[in-house]
Amino acid sequence: MKLLRDTWLLFVNNLTETLRNPVWVIIGLFQPICYLLLFGPLLEGVAGSGNFPPGGALTVFTPGMLIMLGMFGGAFVGFGLIADLRAGLVERLRVTPVSRLAPLLARSLRDVLILLAQAVIFIVAALPLGLKPSFWGIVLTLGLIVLLGLILSSCSYALALAFKSEDALAPMLNFFINPILLLSGILLPLTLAPDWLKTVANFNPFSHVVDAARAAFVGDFANSSIVWGFVITIVLAGLAMFWAARSFRQATT
Amino acid sequence: MSIIEIKGLTKSFKTRRGIVEAVRGVDLTVEKGEIFGFLGPNGAGKTTTLRMVTTLLEPTGGSATIVGYDLLREPRKVREKIGYVSQSGGVQQSATARENLVLQARLYGMDKPRAEKRTADLLKSLELETFADRKAITYSGGQRRRLDIALGMVHHPELLFLDEPTTGLDPQSRARMWDEVKKLRDEGTTIFITTHYLDEADALCDRLSIIDGGKIVAGGTPEDLKREIAGDIVTLGLDTRDGSSTKAQTLLGSQSFVKETEIHNDGLRLYVERGEEALPAILRVLDGAGLHLQTIALTRPSLDDVFLRKTGRTLREAES
Repeated sequence: MKLLRDTWLLFVNNLTETLRNPVWVIIGLFQPICYLLLFGPLLEGVAGSGNFPPGGALTVFTPGMLIMLGMFGGAFVGFGLIADLRAGLVERLRVTPVSRLAPLLARSLRDVLILLAQAVIFIVAALPLGLKPSFWGIVLTLGLIVLLGLILSSCSYALALAFKSEDALAPMLNFFINPILLLSGILLPLTLAPDWLKTVANFNPFSHVVDAARAAFVGDFANSSIVWGFVITIVLAGLAMFWAARSFRQATT
Repeated sequence: MSIIEIKGLTKSFKTRRGIVEAVRGVDLTVEKGEIFGFLGPNGAGKTTTLRMVTTLLEPTGGSATIVGYDLLREPRKVREKIGYVSQSGGVQQSATARENLVLQARLYGMDKPRAEKRTADLLKSLELETFADRKAITYSGGQRRRLDIALGMVHHPELLFLDEPTTGLDPQSRARMWDEVKKLRDEGTTIFITTHYLDEADALCDRLSIIDGGKIVAGGTPEDLKREIAGDIVTLGLDTRDGSSTKAQTLLGSQSFVKETEIHNDGLRLYVERGEEALPAILRVLDGAGLHLQTIALTRPSLDDVFLRKTGRTLREAES
């Protein structure tokens, strides 16, 4: 099938491009690893309090960091697209008979694969610190990260195509991602939050994703938050990809 | 049938300040096997028109047939038949020329062996072989531009669009590029080229059109256009002090082939219909009157004169 063939060709090309400088993949891990080593220990003291979710500090903190990795890793892919727009690469593809959807799918596939690799490296790095996750919990969490990466990268691509400028994209991403990050309980679980903050966070879809990942990590598979986490991310990923696909189709430089 | 037939093509954009009509009804015909030049100041609708006929932008109105396919109904067929080299080129800088070309060939549906064969042929014919396996980011401007052209030619298109292919190149690379373009034309490719350089259009194009304010304001061969504008200019070197200039002016001004006369400090300037036919007649008239002619020169108006007359601006003014 033409779409699959085109997507595959472009995916291999994109991945080769990324892996020419694998150092960026490692640097992407730097932020969550910093938090794990330099912020994680602060949680030990709070973990004893009654409001802290079950599983101990590390088991609560690691899934949050994985979600953060997915959010940031996905959110910043738009910068690469802007560079390619400027180099005329996107336009060059649009004049070939390549399937209209293939360039987007190829990029997203590459982004997701890189994210998965980073997430696995991160989990392995956390093991010596005493992390004891449930195996199926990890699988489910990786699934959530893939969906999250798709949501954020698609939005990032759509915004990149709309603004076409790094100067506009950077503050734009910061504007959205900071409140989302703080209202999702990634750093400190929202069980510690006052009621008003809990209510506000409830409207942030990503807070449910973090809940889902935490429940999965401790092996609490009966927890309804896991189902909700997947429902929310699947719906949002569908919407975001639709938005990005439409932007790609209409893209003019 | 003509390879490009554009009828009443229009494009309007909605902006905050209202609707902007970038292209207001363009009619164009390009014949198979010619180099067709498309000129115009920035903002004249040149790029918008180019983007429409290369399927990058949907027209608001009008119709076009490109290489036998309807632009609006069969854009995919059009894409298979045309090559397009944008101003920025679209080379992947971190990849080599060979990698860039193989990927492009495969995107046009070739299998790997065929793509590699085609790449080798193109590298050879555009003389890219010596640095084919170096990253494109290390190439000079001229080398990069030749790779751009190779990318546009990968699938043997019958029609190649070149958007300002020599902008930013040094004179040597520019001359080289002209040779490449002519070679492609001689091999049977039709070339549609936009340029900022009127000498380039003059040297390269079989026919050209000038667009301004979203409309075609002039079209034809460079020769026709120049003739239509001003005719030719004959400059006579005469002694201005002894009155022979004024005498010659009266004598020649009454000739039917002279459109206008002008006294200059070094003699007399005549605007004539056809310079090569006017010269013998001028000489006869002056000889008959016993006027001593020191020098005589025939100059043709340049495309700059054409551009100035048709758009009211020189191209350089229009750029700034």
